[in-house]
Amino acid sequence: MTPTTTWYLVLAAALFTIGAVGLMVRRNPLVMFMCVELMLNAVNLTFVSFARALDDIGGQVVVLFVMVVAAAEVVIGLAILVSVLRNRPGATADDIAMLKG
Amino acid sequence: MLELVWLIPALPLLGFLVILVLGRRLGDPAAGYVGALAVAGSFAAAVIVFIGLVDRPGDDRFFVQSLFEWVPVGNFSVDVGFLVDPLAMTMVLFITGIAALIHLYAVGYMKGDPKFSKFFLYLNLFVFSMLLLVLGDNLLMTFVGWEGVGLCSYLLISFWFTDPANASAGKKAFVTNRIGDFGFMLAMFLAVATVGSIRYPDLLTAAPGLAPVTATALALLLFVGAVGKSAQIPLYVWLPDAMAGPTPVSALIHAATMVTAGVYLLIRTSPLLAASYHWAPQTIAWVGALTALFAATIAIAQNDIKKVLAYSTISQLGYLFLAVGVGGYSAAIFHMLTHAFFKALLFLGAGSVIHGMHHEQDMRRYGGLMKLLPLTAGTFIIGWLAISGVPPFSGFWSKDEILAHAYDSNKLLWLVGLVAAILTAFYMSREVFMTFFGRYRYADPTPEEIDDAWVSRAVATEAQVVDARAAVETARTEVGANEEKVAKAEAALAKAQADVDAATTASAAVSAADLETARAAVDAATDKNEKKAADKALKELEKPAKDLDKATTALAKAEAALVSARQATEAAAGAVAEAEGSVDEAEARAGAARADVAANTPTPTLVDLRNPPVVPAGIEPNLSHDVTHRREFHPHESPWQMVVPLLVLAAGALVAGFLNLPFNHSLHFLGNWLHPSMLGNEVELHSSGITQVLLALVAVAGGLLGIAISVQVYLRGVGNRAAIEQPAFAHGWWVDETYAKVVGGPGRRFFELCAWFDRHVVDGAVNGVARLVRMAAGGLRTFQTGYVRTYALGVAIGAVALLGLLLSKASF
Amino acid sequence: MELVVFVLAAIIVLGGALGVVLSGNPVHSALSLVGTLFGVAVLFVAQDAQFLAAVQVIVYAGAIVVLFLFVIMLLGVDEAENLRVDPIGGQRPGAIVAGAATLGLLLAFLVARGGSVTGERSVSGAPDGTTANITEVARVLFTDYVFAFEATAILLTIAVVGAVVLARRPRRDHDLPAANTAESSS
Repeated sequence: MTPTTTWYLVLAAALFTIGAVGLMVRRNPLVMFMCVELMLNAVNLTFVSFARALDDIGGQVVVLFVMVVAAAEVVIGLAILVSVLRNRPGATADDIAMLKG
Repeated sequence: MLELVWLIPALPLLGFLVILVLGRRLGDPAAGYVGALAVAGSFAAAVIVFIGLVDRPGDDRFFVQSLFEWVPVGNFSVDVGFLVDPLAMTMVLFITGIAALIHLYAVGYMKGDPKFSKFFLYLNLFVFSMLLLVLGDNLLMTFVGWEGVGLCSYLLISFWFTDPANASAGKKAFVTNRIGDFGFMLAMFLAVATVGSIRYPDLLTAAPGLAPVTATALALLLFVGAVGKSAQIPLYVWLPDAMAGPTPVSALIHAATMVTAGVYLLIRTSPLLAASYHWAPQTIAWVGALTALFAATIAIAQNDIKKVLAYSTISQLGYLFLAVGVGGYSAAIFHMLTHAFFKALLFLGAGSVIHGMHHEQDMRRYGGLMKLLPLTAGTFIIGWLAISGVPPFSGFWSKDEILAHAYDSNKLLWLVGLVAAILTAFYMSREVFMTFFGRYRYADPTPEEIDDAWVSRAVATEAQVVDARAAVETARTEVGANEEKVAKAEAALAKAQADVDAATTASAAVSAADLETARAAVDAATDKNEKKAADKALKELEKPAKDLDKATTALAKAEAALVSARQATEAAAGAVAEAEGSVDEAEARAGAARADVAANTPTPTLVDLRNPPVVPAGIEPNLSHDVTHRREFHPHESPWQMVVPLLVLAAGALVAGFLNLPFNHSLHFLGNWLHPSMLGNEVELHSSGITQVLLALVAVAGGLLGIAISVQVYLRGVGNRAAIEQPAFAHGWWVDETYAKVVGGPGRRFFELCAWFDRHVVDGAVNGVARLVRMAAGGLRTFQTGYVRTYALGVAIGAVALLGLLLSKASF
Repeated sequence: MELVVFVLAAIIVLGGALGVVLSGNPVHSALSLVGTLFGVAVLFVAQDAQFLAAVQVIVYAGAIVVLFLFVIMLLGVDEAENLRVDPIGGQRPGAIVAGAATLGLLLAFLVARGGSVTGERSVSGAPDGTTANITEVARVLFTDYVFAFEATAILLTIAVVGAVVLARRPRRDHDLPAANTAESSS
């Protein structure tokens, strides 16, 4: 019995859901970032699965772009975190609600 | 070579950008040369394109270059494209050529101005806009250029905006032009609605098939635009005020280029005019003819050298409209071309005079400048002869052609044109004679200054009275002081007399015998003590006599002091009398001076051009310092940057007429060249050759008549100037005042009604919407907690909803 | 064989993911994330995406996780977070319900469609199975997607510049020319 595409997609769905719940539940901004990465990886996994299932190399290329964008996002996000946490050590994502208008 | 056409507007744009970025660093005069070079390059490009166009066969001289699609809206689209044909090329050549000369001129004229580079920035932008206007291949491009020149005109008229008069002149030009632009915009909308395109090629092909109503409406709406831009009745009022700008601007914008845009537009769309009802072109012709006459009457009574030229421009533009109205399109272009030469020349000449005369613009204070500014005078005279229609100068040929067309169409139009031509010759001669001939009047005190001198003399004598009164006061104080001294001296004398009396009594009491005895006692005394006592007794006895001596001396002194004090008092009293006398005298003088002021004002304001004003000897020292400065001032010829353009333009004014000689068809160079652009709509002259010659002779005779009257009145001093310079003319028939009254009175109430409607109905709707949004937002903002995780939850719920939707819609 | 690989990898992936979410200490979360990323890389290999698997390991597990750890250490925020309570009322149950719904719906979708979502076929060329995976990716990347590729280059440059600007320590107040600059930069 070999795993079909559906298996991979189910796994990706589970991974995505864990990431999404983690994003909503955790307060540490760093961990929230990691949860975003989990969600992105879930999506990447579906892309690769479909690339194989549909015989389309484009799916893999898109994964590459997702990775690049994820890298850029992490760089900027962490830079923002650094500058926030430097001013308010131990701040959580909820504390940033102070910025609301 | 025609593909180079984009270069023509691109070079002034480049110049504009360079000056925009580097202007301040380039400074004076480099920025000016950059600007002049850009326009000169544009002229060179125009020449190349022109040669390319000439190379083509006559009926193929029509070239459209589309740069890019600009406004694509459904089936309707507007390109940024250039249309090159003989008409556009003629305009481009004279615009760039004359603009280049004026740029060069401005380098000399604006020297030392703190905003030097900004001036050339605006000038280049202006040339760019004008070229867009002329070269654009659709109405919208022309409109962009149209508004561009309007903007630059505004910026340049109010260039010296620190003077409120200049700033408001700029606003006036802008607002007046807006009224005309309204017509232009409506014409564009109508063209889109009826023809479906605003490209000239489409419009011109579609025009013959249009319903006469549509064609008339289009033509007249464009005419409304042209009336604003080309300063015709009733929207001409901005142009005379536009003289507030620096003179190169007046020459470039308000004589040679921008104001011709309206005429260009009408000629460009001539098929529309041809397809409209007969009365439409007739209206245009009448508006033109009446403007020509009306402005000419105003011009004869102006004293500002530039105002005369401004009204002259309006009048000449009236001729152009007259020509357009009677179908003489190439005649109109011909006159536009010659006018561009001689009017630019006249304006630049006037600028040279103003430059040489320390920014004095009142012709009454010029006179006799021929010797002082020979080059300016010589070129100006060429311009004068050209505009007056004296053969063989250029104006003669072009004006004659227009008059011949007018004669063909309607004799009355011709008559109005002829009268305007006579008036033109008259007022231009007046300007020349007042400026360059006759007596040098700059050093003369003006009537106002003489009046001021009388007043200042009266003021000075009043000051003398005050001084004399002060002197009397001083003298009286002196008298008082001396009288006190006399009193003291008298008291001292009385005391001294009393002392003398007392001493006399005392000395009488001492007898001579006692004295002897005392002396003997002194002699007899042997003992030391005795001798002392005896001495003492003797001194006792001698004392009264000594006291008497002393008192007598004091008495003599007191008497002397009294005498001198009395003398001083008398002298002071004398001084008082004298000072009082001088007060009377000063008062008499002041009274006389006041009487003089009353008797001598008003000095006649109509300046006697031939005889110097009488300056009564008494007030000579009271003349203001301005007069002294003017007496020491020597007018100077302008620098080469200004003289060279004058010479070139003078040559143009001299020979431009030969471009279109009427003698036979092949000499009609300009007409033949322009022929393809007229699309067969031009009216051919059908008068016989003899009639044309007779008309020309009448026109020349009219011009000479105007000059002759002017010679009599302004050179020989025969006749009454006041009778010619009517107040109605001098005030421009009070049109400005009437406009102000109408717009300020009933107009204002109407505008206030509009403003009320805008505030309460239009703004009310807008504000109501805004209030609604704000209330809704006030309710919705409570959802904005600021918690990122709550937002994420919101996104997740949205995703769930989407998935649910997808699942329910999906077919399995 | 593939089944074994899949099951093992799936356990690593899900275990790592749960570790990320459930560890109180961010350092533990980051280490769990490495596990997940490795698992995903294995699954990439299992699906013939060898190049992506390499990138996944080098860029994600290598660079990005290290960056996370670096920031954690730099800022000293490695104290454990209290996971027992959530300060925002209703957030946690809401999150769990939304997560469950997402998962349920996705699974329902997958089961219903049997793994094929649209059924549309290849748009940018099928892997032919003979050329190396990296060659195939490269050919598509530098032909069909070349503009997107260039755009990502610009994106990365901007991200680097942005990171430098954001993370730069603002200058001290007395170094600043004017007080208002101090407010805007801090």
